[in-house]
Parts: sequence; structure tokens; C-alpha cells
Amino acid sequence: MREITYRQALNEALAEELERDPNVFLMGEEVAEYQGAYKVSQGLLQRFGPRRIIDTPISENGFAGLGVGAAMVGLRPIIEFMTFSFSLVAFDQVVNNAPNMFTMSGGQFNIPITFRGPNGPAHQLGATHSHATENFYASVPGLKVCTPATPRDAKGLLKTAVRDDNPVLVLEAELLYSSKGMVEPPDEELLIPLGKADVKREGSDVSVICYAQTVPLALKVAAQLEEEDISAEIVDLRSIKPLDEKAIFDSVTKTHRVVIVEQDHPFCGVGAEVCYRIQKNIFDALDAPIIRVSQEDVPMPYNERLEHAVLPNAEKLIAAVKQVCYA
Amino acid sequence: MQPGEQRDEVEMLSLMLLIRRFEERASQQYQAQKIGGFCHLYIGQEAVVTGAVAAVRDDDYIITAYRDHAHALARGTSADACMAELFGKETGCSRGLGGSMHFFDRKNHMYGGHAIVAAHVPLAVGMAFAIKYRGEDRVTLCFFGDGAINQGAFHEALNLAALYRLPIVFICENNLFAMGTSVKRSTSLKQIVDRTEGYDIPGEIVDGMNFREVRDKIAEVVDSIRKEPHPAFLEARTYRYRGHSMSDPASYRTKEELEKYRLDDPITRLRAQLTREGKLTNEQFDRLDKQAKETVLVAVKFAEQSPQPPLEKLYDYTYADGAKP
Ligand SMILES: Cc1ncc(C[n+]2csc(CCOP(=O)(O)OP(=O)(O)O)c2C)c(N)n1
Ligand SMILES: [Mg+2]
Repeated sequence: MREITYRQALNEALAEELERDPNVFLMGEEVAEYQGAYKVSQGLLQRFGPRRIIDTPISENGFAGLGVGAAMVGLRPIIEFMTFSFSLVAFDQVVNNAPNMFTMSGGQFNIPITFRGPNGPAHQLGATHSHATENFYASVPGLKVCTPATPRDAKGLLKTAVRDDNPVLVLEAELLYSSKGMVEPPDEELLIPLGKADVKREGSDVSVICYAQTVPLALKVAAQLEEEDISAEIVDLRSIKPLDEKAIFDSVTKTHRVVIVEQDHPFCGVGAEVCYRIQKNIFDALDAPIIRVSQEDVPMPYNERLEHAVLPNAEKLIAAVKQVCYA
Repeated sequence: MQPGEQRDEVEMLSLMLLIRRFEERASQQYQAQKIGGFCHLYIGQEAVVTGAVAAVRDDDYIITAYRDHAHALARGTSADACMAELFGKETGCSRGLGGSMHFFDRKNHMYGGHAIVAAHVPLAVGMAFAIKYRGEDRVTLCFFGDGAINQGAFHEALNLAALYRLPIVFICENNLFAMGTSVKRSTSLKQIVDRTEGYDIPGEIVDGMNFREVRDKIAEVVDSIRKEPHPAFLEARTYRYRGHSMSDPASYRTKEELEKYRLDDPITRLRAQLTREGKLTNEQFDRLDKQAKETVLVAVKFAEQSPQPPLEKLYDYTYADGAKP
């Protein structure tokens, strides 16, 4: 194992999949000559050439649709959205074309496409540039959605996404690109299955269910809580859809208390689904009502203090944990 | 009034100076971390928006993309309110909720500040629709970059404007780049203006570094629109001196290219024209520049001393009635 950044891990995943399968190509805004708006595709143009690493005009609806069409005839596109806020311009292709094709054609056309890019609020980018899209996309039948939080998960999930025969969204996080973590050496194939959660920290008093940018938040809070003798188990969903029910239930059966910390909005958010499944299946395991910590139900304000108040943060998470622990 | 006579040129020169000095100060305050998020500077492009506002009435509608500080200033939004917005303060033109990319000023008919590339072009068409619907003689000026012309929204909007013959001027601020992508690499046509042929919208190219040329062309087009509503398109050829945003080193272009455009600076040009014609002395120019710098310093102070938007008001601007669902 060696330590690399989340950005580098994604870069390795792209390079390895491009190397492995000549049908894989990467397309998006500024992915080639500029080396990626966030430098995730650094060096790929030089290594794989302009046939496979392709800059586009600002035409999200167009190039997302191009990807779906290319997938219908056998290619395996990786479409980068500069951020998932801009994927909304391509909503029709991602939601109406990619996931419906297999059903509508009676199973003739599956769409092996990967849509990837940073998702969720970064820092003070305002309402149009801060969308957390995981709950919209996870609500669509036919799409798979994963949300890696560490370099290792980023690499393993992206590689799996590219090999999946269905449309998969890899929702990265701008604020995690420079974070570091241990990852297997490049000569060891790293594939992490979709739909497998990962316990990032074992604990006995409360299950904190998280994903993407809320994982480092939850880990930080868990360390703080330890000093107050509260032992939090940190369950990183890694995939929103498919959802790893078993991992969630195993943890909750052990701790009997749950806080879900998500980066999307509260109304119809990811946590609502998780919460529903827990109470439906293991109601008797619960010793307290489940609490969700999410964004506030408002468009994202630019002002830093208000943004902080809107986002899930350490204060809110600690308060929620203490509430479910009656501490 | 004859086209070209609407506004005093010396006043317009001082507006350009205000915009330039505002942006320089914003850049410095950004580096000092008083400003967050994305921040896109307009330095080099000043002649486009000043030329445009010089050619229209105060009650005409203006809408633009995220490189919007200058458009608000040109519309009459105070430097105080603009700087306070960058600082995220309650006294900002969008109450500190919008930030650099989302400047709005209803009173001065500045309708944003829009950060999704080309998403505001259909909005501009909607505003022009409302003008015609009410039988007014206003026009809408819609500004956007060269990068916007390949979005579906742009094409749909142009067709709608032409189909309904709406009073709108589409002004493409062609600064040759969309982030690191040059127009050559993004657009199938040699000239952006040729896009309009397919929609039967009259289009022309103007030198976007030349205040007078921009103003006169827009005045002529607007004059024709007020008589009988129709869309028009101008490609203003211009250049941004700075990177795309504060974090872009702009290594995709050469020093020589930048220097070439700097020599053609819109402020220097108008100053020279006015000086040559005996309408401006060096002392006057220095005084105007000093004034602009002072106005901006006062704005920084104002922004610094202004209050933060209160936490209790977090939910006040989600629904028009202030309701919390
Ligand atoms: C739909 C969408 N895609 C991508 C972006 C990211 N982005 C912001 S500005 C920009 C370049 C736009 O260039 P241009 O229209 O020429 O305007 P300029 O920056 O030159 O003023 C890009 C790609 C965005 N804001 N919205
Ligand atoms: Mg441009």
C-alpha cells in the first residue's frame, strides 16, 4: 500500500481502464488539453491521445447524449461533468435516455456508461454551483450511484463503474480531491463492488451512517465523541444505489442508535430512504428515534456563515448523536 | 438624440475606470480571502458593457452571465453594494446570498448574474417577450460569452426570439476563450456571428475594445428595434487580461497574445480619442482615475463594516412569502 490523493486515485482508475479496454474513452469539458478542470485527467491526453481523451464545447446535453448513443453501439464512454451541478443541463440524457433504454428496448440495448465528476457543495459557490444530486439520481430506476469518500474507494469504485454494463454515476467531491489515503500498488487490481458499504470505524454506542464528504466529518466527530465516552461506529455507504442494507442493519443491530449524516437536502433525501428501511426491517433493534443531519431546506447562500449553517457540520452531528444516545 | 450622443463620453470613461479599479481591488481582496467562491474579472472587456449602456435607456433590461461585476456597475449599482456582495454582506446587491456570480439589482434593471453557461439566454428572451406582451418600447440586452453559443439553451432561445420577433440584442462577448478552450476548438464555424444566419437574425461584428464602435452599433440596432421589435446579434471581439477565474493561471495562451491586446486597451483608446479631440486633459484624466480609486476604497471599507446576513433570516428568501415549508 502507498499513500496517494483522491485525485491521483481517480486518475489511476481512468488510466487503467483506458489501458485495459480500447472501447473506453473519456469525454468532457477541459479534460484533455487543460488536463481537467480539477486535474483529475492529468497526463491522460499525452498518454492516450486525442482519439480517446476528448475536449468538448460547453454542451452538456449534447455530449452526455453522445455518450449514450456511443454506448448503444458498443463503446464504454466515461463522461465527465465539470461538476454535477452542470449535469442538470443534461438531465434528460442521464435520467430519460441512459436508464430507460434497456427496458424500453425489451432488453436489447443496455447502456454501459459512466458519468463522473465532483458533486455536492464545495465552498461558497452559491446556489447554482452547490447541488448535491445523489438523491435525485438515486431515485431513478436503472441508474446506479456511488459516492466514494477515500482514495481507495474512489479508485476501486470508478474502475467497477466503468466495467458495469449499466449507467453508473460516480459522484466525486471537490473538497476531497487533495485528501490522501492508502491504496494498493498500481500492479494490484483494485475493484470495489457497487452496493457494498464499509465500516470506516468500529463503535458500540451509535451508528453514524454517512457517505462522500460527510465521511471525514463523521470520523472527526467520532474522535471527539470518544473523549466523551461515546463510541460511534462510522458506516460509509459508498454506494447510494444499490444500497447495502445488510451492512446498515448489522451495525444498527449492534448499536441500537442511528444518526444519518448526508450532504443532500432533507426532503426526500438519501437519509429518508435509509431511515425507512431500518424501521421497516429492524424496528425492534432501535432504542431511539433515528435522526437525520442534512443540508437545510434552502438554496445555498453565498455568505460563508450562512453556508456553514446550511451544511451538515460537526456541531449538528454531535448534537444529533447526543440526542439519540440521551447523553 | 443621435446615436452616439446619448451619454457624455468623459462620464463613460470614468465608468470604465471605476470598473477597472473595482476589479483590481476585488482581485486583491480575493487574495486576502475577504472574498470566497469563484470570482471572474472583466478587466480588458470594459468597452463592451459601457458602450452598450451608453446606447440604451435606464429602463431597458440587462442580463448577463457570471462575469457580471461590470454589468451591475455600468447599470448604476453602487460600488458599495457590489463590493459588499463580494464580501457576502447583507448590504450587497444580492444581500450577500448570491456572491460574485449572482449579482442582481432590480431597481437598476440588472437581471443577473447567471452562472450556468447559457441558462440565462432563454430568460432574456422571456424578458423581451414581456416587453412585447405589454406593448412597451424597451429592449433587452443579453450578454454572454463565446462559450455559451454551443449550448442547446442558446439555440432554442435564438429561434424563439426570431420566431416571435422579440425586442432583444444578443451580445456575444467573444474574448476568444471559454476557460482554457479557444473558440477555434469549440465552434464549428469560423465566425461566431455566422450562427445567427440559421435563425434569420441580423448579426454583426464589432470591435469590443472600442467604446465608440460598440455604442454606435448598439444604438443603431436598438433604434431599429424600438420602431419595430425584432432580435439582433452582435459579436463583440474582446479579450480578458486575467485568467478565467482567480485560480486559472491561463497557461493556454502566450504572453505575446496578451501584450498585443493590452496595447489595444479600451480605456487607453477612449482616453486618446478624447485627448486628441481636446475634450480631456491629462490632469482631468488623473483626477477621474483618482476618484475611481477612492470610490473603490470607500466601497471596500463599506463592505468590511457592513453586517453579515443574520442567521435568523436563513429561510426568508426561499419562498416569496417567506414561508418555511
Ligand atoms: C452549464 C455549465 N457548464 C460548465 C460551466 C463551467 N464554466 C464556467 S465559465 C465556463 C467558460 C465560459 O466561457 P465563455 O462563455 O466564453 O465566458 P467567459 O468566461 O469567457 O466570459 C465554463 C466552462 C458552467 N458554469 N455551466
Ligand atoms: Mg469567453
